Amino acid sequence: MTPLLQVNDIAKFYGARVGCENVSFDLYPGEVMGIVGESGSGKSTLLNCLAGHLPPDRGAVKFDTRVNGLVDTVTMSEPERRMLSRTDWAFVHQHARDGLRMSVSAGGNVGERLMAVGARHYGDIRETAVDWLGRVEIDESRVDDRPSAFSGGMQQRLQIARNLVTGPRLVFMDEPTGGLDVSVQARLLDLLRGLVREMGLSAIIVTHDLAVVRLLADRLMVMKDGHVVEAGLTDQVLDDPQHAYTQLLVSSVLQV
Amino acid sequence: MMIEIEQVSKQFTLHNQGGAEISVMQEANLSVAAGECVALTGASGAGKSTLMRMIYGNYLTNAGRIMVAGVDVASAEPRDILALRRDRLGYVSQFLRVVPRVSTVDVVAEPLLALGQDGAQAREQAKILLNRLNIPQRLWSLSPTTFSGGEQQRVNIARGFIHPYPVLLLDEPTASLDAANREVVLSLITDAKARGAAIVGIFHDLDARDRVCDRSIEIGQSAQALQ
Repeated sequence: MTPLLQVNDIAKFYGARVGCENVSFDLYPGEVMGIVGESGSGKSTLLNCLAGHLPPDRGAVKFDTRVNGLVDTVTMSEPERRMLSRTDWAFVHQHARDGLRMSVSAGGNVGERLMAVGARHYGDIRETAVDWLGRVEIDESRVDDRPSAFSGGMQQRLQIARNLVTGPRLVFMDEPTGGLDVSVQARLLDLLRGLVREMGLSAIIVTHDLAVVRLLADRLMVMKDGHVVEAGLTDQVLDDPQHAYTQLLVSSVLQV
Repeated sequence: MMIEIEQVSKQFTLHNQGGAEISVMQEANLSVAAGECVALTGASGAGKSTLMRMIYGNYLTNAGRIMVAGVDVASAEPRDILALRRDRLGYVSQFLRVVPRVSTVDVVAEPLLALGQDGAQAREQAKILLNRLNIPQRLWSLSPTTFSGGEQQRVNIARGFIHPYPVLLLDEPTASLDAANREVVLSLITDAKARGAAIVGIFHDLDARDRVCDRSIEIGQSAQALQ
């Protein structure tokens, strides 16, 4: 099987300071990888390098495109990368307002991404948007409301609908359950798990919440000071951590 | 042989406790054939659970081979272990770990859904098992997170037996069950053996061990702090 994403020796520096360095891994179709580490460990920098939001200073991020096979997304042209991020890629931000258009209706937010890939028929777009709002458990009666009238959990679910409506194959998530109530988190986790399974999605999830990766991620990378200090099967890394930092991280949590 | 463990060793290094090294296992061997149930015995702390987790792959193995249904868990890539767990290696642990809001039926059906089976059929199968394990129907639509210990254990058992895994790991499957439910679990184990499952289990319930296990392996008390 060909990896969906091949990451080779990615590095990003902020002046003399290391953002992230020496990061390499393969992600296969259907796999969910978690990246954990404390604030400033480089996990968000890495995610942004992978998703094309930040140009890495070194390394390659090869994606298995539908038409041309493995292509390095670091060196591809800006329009190509933008197209990728509207079709096969999706990015779920921690703060839903960073991933939504707050002045556009819920249905419009979902429909906009469809229109960006060429959908033109209003009835079809609206129907698909309503279907997706249903899948993320937002009632049809709210389709014309703006996201600013939604709760935090609903905004996050709307952001997920907006991202997944074009059937991406790879989803980047930056603290997708951060800042939500615990009960709302559980609902979102259940939703994400179902969508990952049904759509065969691959995902890379950055979080500091070990309970979230335990339930969502197949594999785990632990970052510290810009470097990956440990990687492996999620339950192996959490149940039998090898690196001193991972042992500290796991033993500092009340219950994982 | 469905499980072949050769010369495995395991030690833990506690970096945040002065780098203490704890050696739990040295050059252990174990083979389990299809249709056979083997009990791991030995005192608390002897390494029974450690060996089970090494077979499941959530504990790393420092040396040796652990062949499970054709995969060397000691050296396999994560995705190969995940594939093994999906269709060949089941595990009934003592702890129920689930996404809080998910209903009991869906929790039990999940291994079948992960194999790509039809949702409605998977839920039907789950209901049959929940029924057999005497989980009252009114609980099926609720999350098991609020259930009693014995109920949670039966949900775990249902989940472990819903797919006919060729290899099964059972960590005290009858621990907190009443007599009737204990009988159900023992019959599930007997059925699994009859269809050819290779089973490794920890049974503190001696009578249960005698009834379903073909032999016992004593895990030595090699656990000792080296520093």
